[in-house]
Order: sequence, then structure tokens, then C-alpha cells
Amino acid sequence: MEKGVKPPGDSGSPLIRLADVTKVYPLPAGDVTAIDHLTLDVGRGDFVAVMGVSGSGKSTLLNLIGCLDVPTSGDLFLNGVNVRDLVDDALTELRRDTIGFVFQQFNLIPLLTAYENVEFPLILKQSRNGGPGPGEIADRCNSVLSAVGLDQSLVTHKPSELSGGQQQRVAIARALVNDPDILLCDEPTGNLDTRTGTTIMELLAQMNRQGKTIIIVTHDPRVAAYAGRKIELVDGRLA
Amino acid sequence: MILFEYARRNIRLHWLRSFLAVLGIVIGVVAISSMGVLGNSLVLSISESLTSVGDTIVVYPNSGAGPMGGGGGAAAATLRITPRQVDEITRAVGSNIVIPVHTGADRVIVGSENRAATLYGMDPADISEILEIEDGIFLRSTTGAMAGTKLAEEFKLNVGSTVRIGEGGERVRIVGILKERGIGFDINPDYALVVSDRWFESTYGEEGYNQVVVKVRNLEEIDGVKKAIEDALNRRTDVVTVLDTRKVLQTILDAFNNISTFTTAIGGISLIVAGVSILNVMMMSVTERTREIGIIRSIGAKRPEVMRIFLYEALVLGLIGSGIGGILSFGGAYLAVSVMLQSTTYLFVPSSLVFILYGMVFGIGTSLLSGLYPAWRAANLSPIEALRHD
Repeated sequence: MEKGVKPPGDSGSPLIRLADVTKVYPLPAGDVTAIDHLTLDVGRGDFVAVMGVSGSGKSTLLNLIGCLDVPTSGDLFLNGVNVRDLVDDALTELRRDTIGFVFQQFNLIPLLTAYENVEFPLILKQSRNGGPGPGEIADRCNSVLSAVGLDQSLVTHKPSELSGGQQQRVAIARALVNDPDILLCDEPTGNLDTRTGTTIMELLAQMNRQGKTIIIVTHDPRVAAYAGRKIELVDGRLA
Repeated sequence: MILFEYARRNIRLHWLRSFLAVLGIVIGVVAISSMGVLGNSLVLSISESLTSVGDTIVVYPNSGAGPMGGGGGAAAATLRITPRQVDEITRAVGSNIVIPVHTGADRVIVGSENRAATLYGMDPADISEILEIEDGIFLRSTTGAMAGTKLAEEFKLNVGSTVRIGEGGERVRIVGILKERGIGFDINPDYALVVSDRWFESTYGEEGYNQVVVKVRNLEEIDGVKKAIEDALNRRTDVVTVLDTRKVLQTILDAFNNISTFTTAIGGISLIVAGVSILNVMMMSVTERTREIGIIRSIGAKRPEVMRIFLYEALVLGLIGSGIGGILSFGGAYLAVSVMLQSTTYLFVPSSLVFILYGMVFGIGTSLLSGLYPAWRAANLSPIEALRHD
């Protein structure tokens, strides 16, 4: 990526701050507390591995930081902005501009080619004033696709015509194309063989060295080994 | 535009059900357009065949019978408008033309042909005021007759032919053939003979008239003229019925317009069915693509953008269906009009063709409307739940 060094924290406040955050899911059988009074800071350029057994709240934590969900109580700050104060459209914009998602299932849009999948977030941005022009979109797509090491001949292929590793590269390229501060990865190697998984982890580590803040949810200690910081969740709390 | 392209590809992926939904729209558009064109052609052909353009007032003796009973009947045979009443009408209407008409029926015999026909007796000077000539000359003297075009065809009459009127009756010479006039509220001369009033009176011993036709020079005066006649003649009792043909024409055209609207609305029902089919296809699409919607939301699509993706899909279905429907409507309308009216004269006039445009607009509108709810559903899915969907 274009950033060779970690940008210094501009305000002293961490990039991500959870202050006494609780997330409760109301269910017919009774409320389930997925995150329980969690307080956590993640600094700019950190590489954090979130570990824990199934149901410990890892994915909920990722969804909260990714603005896909909002806390039941407590405050979550991204870049100093309290997400509780944001309406749906503003949350979407924050997600689009600040966060890139990488999923275990790759989650590419099956009808679109690899290139179009990467292009999609920029097009969404373009439809509003001040978005990138067509030339800039092409430059950025090509730049991230080469950064993730996807062969140029594959960019016109649909996801179904790509291997798991290739699909995950496309997904990472899509996550990076808006130049987000944070990459949120939910078991990114869970559907890949060990060798491909290692390549993908090295790619993520490289992105981290170039300045991206990465939070990765994983069961796999080998994956967690890439992270500079490990946290473990038990019943929605830090262990 | 990638959102549009995305919608297009999804339609292509599910081509069979998309095709079926499009087929519904095609049928709906063809039904609406064809029915609209048919109705419009019907109204146009009716209004052309009703020759009275609405500048005529017809005065009948008040028989209690309908105004169209002028051709005969027991009541009409006994009630007449007297020459004195004609004078009163003439005074009442000022400078407008007053044409008293005798109406009767008799056998008409040419060679071995012997049939009943309508006879109209009029002052020869008045004939040219309400009738046009096809061949020969207008009647000038008391003897002689003019033949309606259909009657002339049936009896193979030409100018100079002679016909016998009534069994053992007088032979009269045809001096002119009238132009086809169609159905009128005053007289219907196409299947009739027109003779002079004198001849009629001396042959049948009639004094009174069956009807008086008033041609109004200035259409705006028509209500005033009608009232003047009623004031002059119906002072104590209703002696005459005064018919304003403009109103009758309007009533008839209104009735046919209503029929036309009704048939078009029936066509519209098929479009509603098509709309339900699009709704169904779109709901399936939303359900199948729930996870995709979650992905799109997670990478930064706002609700209106998700909504647009699905509305584009409905729009593409509507555009294809309405496009094909519009083209096929020419065939459908041609078929409907040629079967129902045996004439396609009014198919390509703007007031008919506009129904094809209406059909297409309704087709696209129905598709968009049907896509609205599924699109709204898609846009309002929770991103997290959509992402969890298998």
C-alpha cells in the first residue's frame, strides 16, 4: 500500500475505544448477554487477535466495531466518534470509509467478476458527491488487486471460477480498496488449506506493516501468532 | 452503472422465471392497448356514422313514443305537426332553416323487384339543405324522386330509371341519387326515396308533417332555438317533443366511451395479475439473496442503494415486457379492430395509438410498483441477520 509508515495518532485517543460496552440480544427464551461490560482500546496500527470458544462474543465484538450493530449500553468510539450518536446512513458511511471486512466465507457477490467485486465499494462512494472518478476507481482497483497478488488474468473471473485462496485475496482487495483504517477479519483462513491460509496471513501481516489496524477473530493459535496482541473473550468479558 | 448491470445479470441468471414475469407484462400491455384501441376505434366509427354533427333540432309531435319512432308506428300515423304549427316554429326560430318532413312507407316496384321502402316528402327547395347529391340533380318539380344510395344499389337504379310507388301506383322517374348519409336523428335516406311534399300529400292525402327539422346556423344558439320552439308550441300541454341532436350524440358517445373505458379496465386486470407475478419473482429474489444484501450493506451500501438494485430489476423486467408488449400491441389491436369492426381505418390515428403508449407506461409502472415492496424489504433487512442467512 501507499502508506509506508504508521501514521501517528493525531489526538492521543486510540483508534478504537470500547467503554463499558454491553450487547444484549433479547431472545424468547431470555436475554443473552453477548458482550458484558467490556472496556478495550485498540491503537492505530495494532494487530489484535481475538480468541475464545464459540459463543464467547468474538463475532459480536467484531460486528460492533464494524458498525453492523450498536451497543445496548456503553460507548464505542471510532476515530473519536461515538457511534451511538450516529443514524443508520452515517453508520454505513463510517463503515464504508473506515472499515474493511474479511469473512471466513469470503462473501463475494457471485454475479460480479473479481474486478467488479473490488470496484463495488468505490462505486457506492462515487454515487455521492466527492466520490472518486472512473479513472481513479480503475487505478485503485488495479493497485489493490496487485497488492493482494491476484493474477491479472483472473480479474474477469466470477467467484465460482476462483479457488478459495484466490477468492479470499479478492475479498481482501475489496476490503482495502476504500483505504480503510481498520481491517476486521472473521476467521479469514477458516475455509482455506494450511498453505493458502499461511499466504493469506502473510498478506494481512504485510498490510499491518503498511499501517492498517487489524483485528482478527480466530480459533487457530498459528493465525493468532501473527498478531502483536492477543485477547481472549470468555462470556463476553476479557479473560 | 454497476447497480443496473448487477440487476440485469440477476435477471439473466434466473431467465426462466424472469421470462414468465415478463410474459405477464407483455400480455397485460397487449390487453390494455388492444382494448383501448378497439374502444377508441369504436367511438370514432360510431361518431362518423352518426352524420348529424349536432347542428340539428328535430321537432316531433308529442306521441309519447320515442323520438326515433319517426319511421312509422300507430302513434306516429295519427299524430302530425300541422302547417299552422310549422308556421309557429318558423316564427320562433328566426333566420334558421325550417324543413317540414312527411314520412311514410310504401311498396317500391322496379321490374320484378317489389319491396317496402321509406318515403320522405319534402319541399324540393329544402332538400339541398340537409342532403347531398351523388349523381343526377336535386328534385325541382312536384313529380320525380331521389333515391338513397343503398336503395339505388339494391334496385340497380340510375338517374333516369323509373320506379312504381305502391301497388298499381304512379310511376316516377329518378332524377338524382343521394350521397350515403349514415344513421341520422332526423331522417335516414340511405334506404329511402325522397319525393316532393306536394306529390306525397296528393298521393297519401296527408296534410300534417311527421317531423320538422331545424338547421341551426350558429351552434351557440342551439339551446335558445330549442327553448323558443318549446315556448311557442308547448304553451299549455306538450304538443311537440323537441330533440337537440347534439345532446343525443353526446349521450351516445359518452355511453361508448364508458364501454371503451370498461374494456380497457378489463385489460388492466391482466396487468394486475402480471404485477403480482413480478412481486412474487422479486420476493423470491430478495429471499434468495438475503446474504448478498448483507454483504452489500457491510461493504457500505445504504438502504436507498439496496432499494435501487431491486427497483432496477423490476424496471428491467417492466421495460422488456412493455417494449415487447408495445410492439405486439400493433398486432393485437389490428386483430381486435378488424374482427370487431371489420375496418382498420381508425387503428393508426393518434387517439388510438396513444393507447399503446398508455399500455406501455402502465406496464412499466406496474413493474416498478410491484418491485417497491420487495425492494423496501431488502433495504430494511438488518445487515447482521442478512449476513448470517444461509
